[in-house]
Amino acid sequence: MPLMAQSIEDAVRPISDGSMLIVPRDSSGVPMAATRALIRRGIKDLHLVALPTCGLLADLFVGADCIKTIEAAAVSLGELGPAPRFNAAITAGTIEMKDATCPALHAALQATEKGVPFMPLRGLLGSDLLKHRPDWRLINNPFGDDDPIVLLPAIKPDFALFHAPMADRFGNVWIGRQRELVTMAHAAVKTIVTVEKIYEGNLFEDPVLAAGSLGGFYLEAVAVAPRGAWPLSLPDHYGADTAHLAEYAKLAATPEGFARYLEHHVHERRAA
Amino acid sequence: MNAAPPELPFRDEELLADIVAGLIGDARHVAVGNASPIPATGALLARHRGNGRPYVSLLHSRKHSFFNDGARELFDCAGQGRMDVFFLSGAQIDGEANINLVSIGDYRKPRARFSGSFGSSYLYYVVPRVILFRLEHTKRTLVPKVDFISAAGTSAPNEFRPGGPIALITNRCLFTFNREIRRFSLTSVHPGHTVEEVIENTGFEFDRPSDVPITLPPSPQTLQTIREVIAPELAEVYPQFAASVFGIKQRQAS
Repeated sequence: MPLMAQSIEDAVRPISDGSMLIVPRDSSGVPMAATRALIRRGIKDLHLVALPTCGLLADLFVGADCIKTIEAAAVSLGELGPAPRFNAAITAGTIEMKDATCPALHAALQATEKGVPFMPLRGLLGSDLLKHRPDWRLINNPFGDDDPIVLLPAIKPDFALFHAPMADRFGNVWIGRQRELVTMAHAAVKTIVTVEKIYEGNLFEDPVLAAGSLGGFYLEAVAVAPRGAWPLSLPDHYGADTAHLAEYAKLAATPEGFARYLEHHVHERRAA
Repeated sequence: MNAAPPELPFRDEELLADIVAGLIGDARHVAVGNASPIPATGALLARHRGNGRPYVSLLHSRKHSFFNDGARELFDCAGQGRMDVFFLSGAQIDGEANINLVSIGDYRKPRARFSGSFGSSYLYYVVPRVILFRLEHTKRTLVPKVDFISAAGTSAPNEFRPGGPIALITNRCLFTFNREIRRFSLTSVHPGHTVEEVIENTGFEFDRPSDVPITLPPSPQTLQTIREVIAPELAEVYPQFAASVFGIKQRQAS
């Protein structure tokens, strides 16, 4: 059974410097409270994998100097425009970017899910994406005739980290329709989840809830973090804090503004 | 593009959505990605005209999307050829319909960085009819050669390529793309714009007939449908667009 952690800090303790960490896209339950806890702890050299895109979480980690490598199909603040600290780091050359495309990330995780070393993917031919990914291989379809196809190596993250509506005391987590969280958890060595609340009972005893649940078998630790996706949304539960996000986009445009944001919204909340 | 009352009896957004609906034509499944309110308007208009056909998937909508097996379901669906029309854009688009969503300058030390390729490096290849949509029609965006190819406009004959671009819609005109000769051709110029202006603002060479028609304006019936039926539906997914363009008040999120 996973650890039912007393605090977010306890739950994320296993995530160490240099870990490969996978997180979900903005509409699937982004673990913002856990991200702030990792930044406060001063985590370094993360290899962040986005499934398949990332916004505020990546920008905060980059600005707080926690990132060595990002692998994603896109990094942006969505309607609020570019991710300013990410863009600054890329143009300054201070982080490594492994540009991908959405289905490549899904497929590479599915390979790990199945325990196979790679997955083929259509598309990509003639793109500069393929040119700049020496880890992706172009082969001839062994079942076809002169049919080039790309092979993607399986991605096996050290940790998957996400925020979900609820978990029971057995460590089962209800993820609803955000099924990519299941793929992430199946592929990661260890999965750590924060939830809005504890469900009294066993999620797997209710057939409706069981269909949208992830078995505690896959989990390392669970912690309760009310509004743990704030200021992003928890889909089907609460919306994004758009005023706060707009303030972030404005402040993060400069290193000084970003430092003020970090001090005020990440470090000062240490006691919270 | 602005919310001011139009001088013409239609808004730019309405003209462009009408072009989109026309290009969709007969299709079984049209999908629209994020941040594409005008293509979404056009897709819903096509569905209204077709009495429920095509199936329209607005990604990020709870109501107008049948996908419930995670984001991979969309890509698997497209990979099987079960998605007929999709929309893509580019920070740069070149004359061979290559698109760039990544960066300007040397990739390893770019002068400017954009979000990234999203699903383009795959969907451009497998969706039979991709409509390119770019509302900034300048030499900065429509270039002779893109700095980075997120997805290639065409492929070698032996490469698996059921999909690709069919057209490019801009704020000034409509181009159609010929995959055989790898070139755009100017199909029509929007009311209020000229061929000379299009030539002057396009960084790549393209074909054109000696007489380039004006883009047909939307009919009164189309305008009524867009304003009374489609606009209220858009508010769920594109509240800011529905409010600023059509004056639809936002409903409170649950």
